[in-house]
Amino acid sequence: MSMDRKSFLKITGCAVAGAIAGGKLGGLVAGAEDAEYLPAPGALTARRWGMVVDTRKCRKQEGCKDCIRACHQAHNVPQIPDKTREVKWIWKEKFEHAFPSQETEYPNEELHGRQVLLLCNHCDDPPCVRVCPTQATWKREADGIVMMDWHRCIGCRYCIAACPYGSRSFNWGDPRPYIPKVRADYPTRTKGVVEKCTFCEERLARGEMPACVEACPEKALVFGDLADPNSEVRRLLRTEYTLRRKPELGTRPEVFYIL
Amino acid sequence: MRDRGWILLGLALFIALVTFPLWYNTALGVAPKQLQLEKAKGEACVYETAYMRQHHMDVLMEWREQVVRRGNHLVKVGGKTYEMSLTKTCLDCHRSKERFCDRCHDYAAVTPYCWDCHVSPEEAPVVAARARTADER
Repeated sequence: MSMDRKSFLKITGCAVAGAIAGGKLGGLVAGAEDAEYLPAPGALTARRWGMVVDTRKCRKQEGCKDCIRACHQAHNVPQIPDKTREVKWIWKEKFEHAFPSQETEYPNEELHGRQVLLLCNHCDDPPCVRVCPTQATWKREADGIVMMDWHRCIGCRYCIAACPYGSRSFNWGDPRPYIPKVRADYPTRTKGVVEKCTFCEERLARGEMPACVEACPEKALVFGDLADPNSEVRRLLRTEYTLRRKPELGTRPEVFYIL
Repeated sequence: MRDRGWILLGLALFIALVTFPLWYNTALGVAPKQLQLEKAKGEACVYETAYMRQHHMDVLMEWREQVVRRGNHLVKVGGKTYEMSLTKTCLDCHRSKERFCDRCHDYAAVTPYCWDCHVSPEEAPVVAARARTADER
C-alpha cells in the first residue's frame, strides 16, 4: 500500500484526536455527574472571622493551658519535647517577643515578661499565601480564614520563612509517635508537611466555636464576625484599646489583643 | 543471517525463562489467589459498586477538593445525602480498613498515601499506644 505524506498525517491526526476524545468520555462513567455538593446546614458562617484575646481575663488563671491542650488534642498536634522540632498551633510567649515593636530600652515593669497567648493571625494580607508555590495555603474568599490543604503541601517551608509571627510549624519527622491520644475524626500530618491553626474551620462547619474559645475558663477569647458591626468582637474593638502584632508590616492581623 | 539458528534458540530460551512463573504455576495446578474482602455493613454504596471499584479514588479526590477547598461538606446523590468523609462515611460501612482497603490495595500492589495522615477508628488506639509519652505542654 502506498500513501503520501499528507494523507498519512491526516489519518494519524484523526486517530490521535479520536483516542483523546474517547479517553475523556470514558472517564465520565455514569454515576458521578449527578452529585450535588452542599455546605453543612448548621455551620457557623461569617464574612470575616476574627478574634479578640483579652489578656486581662487570661491572666486571671496563672499557668492555665486549657486552650492549648484543647486545641492540640482536637487536631492531633504532636507534643515534641525537642524545641527545635516542636509543632504548635497556639502557644504562650513573652510580651516583648510577641510585640517587639512595643519594646523600648525602658521596659514597662508590668508588661515585660508577661505571657501572651499567640496563634495564627489569619492576616488580611497573608504573606504565607503569597509565597506558597502550590496554593496549599490560601485565604478563603467567604470568611477570610487562612486555610491549609495538607494534601498539597510539598514542605518547601517558604511560608514559614514568610510568616512574621512564627505561626507555622514543620514536621521534620513522623509526628504520630508524639501524639498522646490520636483521634480518628481528624487527620494527623505526616513528615514533610507544614501545619498551623485553621481557626477550627472543621468545628465551625459543625456549628461549634473554636476549641480554644470553648475551653477557656475565663472566656478570654472572643471569636466572631469582624464584618458585622453588632458582633461581640466589634463591640470590644469599639470600646477597648487593642493591639495587633507587628502592625507595621501591613499584614493586617485579625487577632487583636487587649492588654 | 548465518546465526539465525542461534538467535531463534536464544529468543526461545528468553521467552521460556521470562514466562517461567506462568507455566510453572499452571503445570502445578496452583489456583490464582482469590481476593477476600469484608462485606460492607450498609446496603448500598454512594455510587454503584462497579463504578466505585474503578473510580473510588476519583470520588475521594473530588470529595477532598469539595471539603477542603470549597467548604462543601455534604454530597447529595440520588436523593440521599452523605457527609463527605473518608473516616466517618466510608469507614462507617466498610468497618475494617485492614480487611477492605488494605487487602485490595495489597492485591493490586498499589500504595496510596491516604493513611499517612488519615486515621481509621480501628487503628487509632494502635497509633496512640505507639506514641511515646511526652510531657504535656
